[in-house]
Amino acid sequence: MSRMPITLTVNGQVRSLDVDPDTPLLWAIRETLGLTGTKFGCGIGACGACTVHVNGKPERSCSMPVSSADGSSVTTIEGLAQGGALNAVQQAWLDQQVPQCGYCQSGMIMAVSALLAEKPHATDAEIDATITNICRCGTFARVRTAIHGLAIDRGGA
Amino acid sequence: MRKWTRRAFIGTGALAGGGLLLGVTGATLAPARHSLRSDDPVSIGELTTWIMVTPDNLVTVLVPHCEMGQGAQTALAMMAAEEMDADWNLVRVKEAPALDAYANAYIVRAFINDVAAPIERGFDFGAYRVARWFALQVTGGSLSVRGTGHHGMRVAGGAARQMLVEAAAAQFGVRASECTVASSRVNHSGSGRSASFGELASAAAAQSVPARPVLKDPRSYTLRRTPQRRLDMRSKVDGSAVYGIDFTMPGLLHAAVEIAPVFGGKLVSVDTAAAEAMPGVKRIVRLEEAVAVVADTYWRARVALATLKPQFDDAGQGGVSTATIFDAFDKALGAFPDMPADAATVIKADYKIPFLPHGTMEPMACTAQVIDDRAEVWAGTQDPLNARKTAADALGFSPEQVQYTNLALGGGFGRKLPGYLDFVGMSARIAKEMSPTPVKMIWSRETDMQHGYYRPAGMARFAGALDAAGTPLAARSFYAGGGDGESVFMPYAIADKKFSARDAKHPIRTGPWRSVLNSQHGFFKESFIDEMAHAAKKDPFQFRRDLMTDLRFKTALERVAAMADWDSPLPEREGRGIAIAESFGSIVAQVAHVSVSPEGVLKVKQVCAAVDCGDVVNTDTAAAQVEGGIIFGLSAALLGAITIANGTVVESNFHDFKTITLVDAPAIEVDFIISGAHPGGLGEPAVPPIAAAVANAIFAATRIRVRELPIKNSNLAVPS
Repeated sequence: MSRMPITLTVNGQVRSLDVDPDTPLLWAIRETLGLTGTKFGCGIGACGACTVHVNGKPERSCSMPVSSADGSSVTTIEGLAQGGALNAVQQAWLDQQVPQCGYCQSGMIMAVSALLAEKPHATDAEIDATITNICRCGTFARVRTAIHGLAIDRGGA
Repeated sequence: MRKWTRRAFIGTGALAGGGLLLGVTGATLAPARHSLRSDDPVSIGELTTWIMVTPDNLVTVLVPHCEMGQGAQTALAMMAAEEMDADWNLVRVKEAPALDAYANAYIVRAFINDVAAPIERGFDFGAYRVARWFALQVTGGSLSVRGTGHHGMRVAGGAARQMLVEAAAAQFGVRASECTVASSRVNHSGSGRSASFGELASAAAAQSVPARPVLKDPRSYTLRRTPQRRLDMRSKVDGSAVYGIDFTMPGLLHAAVEIAPVFGGKLVSVDTAAAEAMPGVKRIVRLEEAVAVVADTYWRARVALATLKPQFDDAGQGGVSTATIFDAFDKALGAFPDMPADAATVIKADYKIPFLPHGTMEPMACTAQVIDDRAEVWAGTQDPLNARKTAADALGFSPEQVQYTNLALGGGFGRKLPGYLDFVGMSARIAKEMSPTPVKMIWSRETDMQHGYYRPAGMARFAGALDAAGTPLAARSFYAGGGDGESVFMPYAIADKKFSARDAKHPIRTGPWRSVLNSQHGFFKESFIDEMAHAAKKDPFQFRRDLMTDLRFKTALERVAAMADWDSPLPEREGRGIAIAESFGSIVAQVAHVSVSPEGVLKVKQVCAAVDCGDVVNTDTAAAQVEGGIIFGLSAALLGAITIANGTVVESNFHDFKTITLVDAPAIEVDFIISGAHPGGLGEPAVPPIAAAVANAIFAATRIRVRELPIKNSNLAVPS
């Protein structure tokens, strides 16, 4: 299999990756780039633990070949905080003490960040339709409370 | 490979001296358990087994329990800090290393609360010796707070406080009894003198550890019973937490495995030639029950593994299926239990519950490196000492030849308890073949789902009798699939109660699943008492309440009914269901409020929970555990099932083993009752009542009685 270098802009930095093109973006991020905040949960795009932003859109990176992200801008959980300051979603997660084991929460936070970037006043129906991430610890009530707080804040209410 | 001593772990800087052996202060046969210290505690400010104070005025609490989201590390640190009167902002937590000194014997005390004072020390030290022998450093059984915390950390905190005060009194030249402590400072108001914990650390560590320090009156608590942020939380919102699967080191190779699909099956043959030639593949490792591909990246290992066509035998179990297992249960149960001949009404019901996987979000993962006669292992488990022993056993080593580092767990729920660490042993065996190269093994979700230790499937056959007034005369059951004294306990005053096991064996691997057997018996018992209430034409809440003699149960039931506004009317096809269960020393009463559409679509709208766990340490994480337990149990009740066909697990991933997500999650209200009873656990007790609460609510809404889980298999539509 021929290996062509793949170029990604990851959390603002241009990175050239020497990986098999069919490698899922998830494993390129975790192993090649060493950014382990993005998690492996199912490998079939069902659980959302691997959610990252590709050109601003939420993608389940376990099911996306790295080659199809070539030239894209990728944001992972490590790229949300700016200068040590958590982004609004991360801060809300901390304030509501959302995570339990925390394993699914990188993906959850990435999915919510993407949703609220697109729909700052997301309704419950929009939240329900979009945030389909699996959490086995059962943090959903706090996830919803945290999103509600953000959606209201952003509305200036 | 570095030699891992206790000092190397807990030491704060460059320290003189070579290998350190664990010393015990005081030359007694049975020292206070919290006084096991290194042989030079002063140099590292080690006040007790679990508490260090350093010159920077930080209190570090070494917690011998893992963190898997339950908040135990923070809660135990709070228990120590409360007794010390430490400034909570100056308290840090470290997970205790996998060393014998941290074998956690205090969990035994959660079961035996009343040990006579004269033998207390001997008892605890004996339990410690036993725990050490069995390599027990377990986090499970909802035991951390009520065991290690209540009997250990609290006492260690009190001892540390006393040592700091003694040191201050000596320094100030005053009586210890005249000193007060607040915010990590010891003060003497008479002389106006004051010193911080940090300033007193070395002198305090030179004191002997008091065996029976004075403990606070709970009414004077200032830190406990308040909501505090978990100390590990920031790392879980910024991606920096390192879980077992995240571990890495230079030169690391990656392994993907395929295990015999039938439990007990062995690898017969595998043609490895083509896969060995694939890019990045280093070696194909044949294990007794599996085949592993080791490659330079995990993905390359997986790709090569997928091309293998390994042949496994079926251990003679290829004919086992869910149907054969339940047929055997049914046969074992036989006829319904006998009922009194003079009963006015007899109620009979069978209940069935499926196997369930733990489905931790982090699939089983472990890294191991074997060099000559030593090994080092990294994973996230619920028992570091047992993980060390498991790896050692797999390698034919003694535990002392293995260094084990526990990392964060992406969920536990019982899957990573001692005795269930098959993946640690497997990882060690693969690493042995690749010695001296370190190898990280990651199970695919499919392997994880199909090679669990499942919550046992079970079946119960109940009969109950009422007199003409609707008063219960008898409630009896036979059950198959497991049960014990605690899980079958019913808090109702029914003269003739009898529950007995009639087991039928099967080859499916089973294990402890959050709340263990209480998860099935909570559903059985609380569904059946509900059926009896309806047969008696009585309100299910009142019927239960009238049969309760224990004030704690009655209080919890009344509290949850009030929370849920039990008597208020509901629209058509909505209903409330109530259930209560005691497990792990805590009583949890729940009311579920559901709606069922005419087409049969169920929505659990709200769950209220009243919880009596004696006392609460961190009110926020305590509520989180109840919320999480409800969701975990609800997901199983609505959707969860592992089915067996041809001796293998049918479900393979989250597309066919479904769990609930945000859209299905009800609003949850939690209220704690501070009864002052012996502390109970919180990690598990919210699970047992929820399935029955929902099934009972469905009956209230539809008059359809769900007797088999998961509920998704029941038709709840209006009959056409």
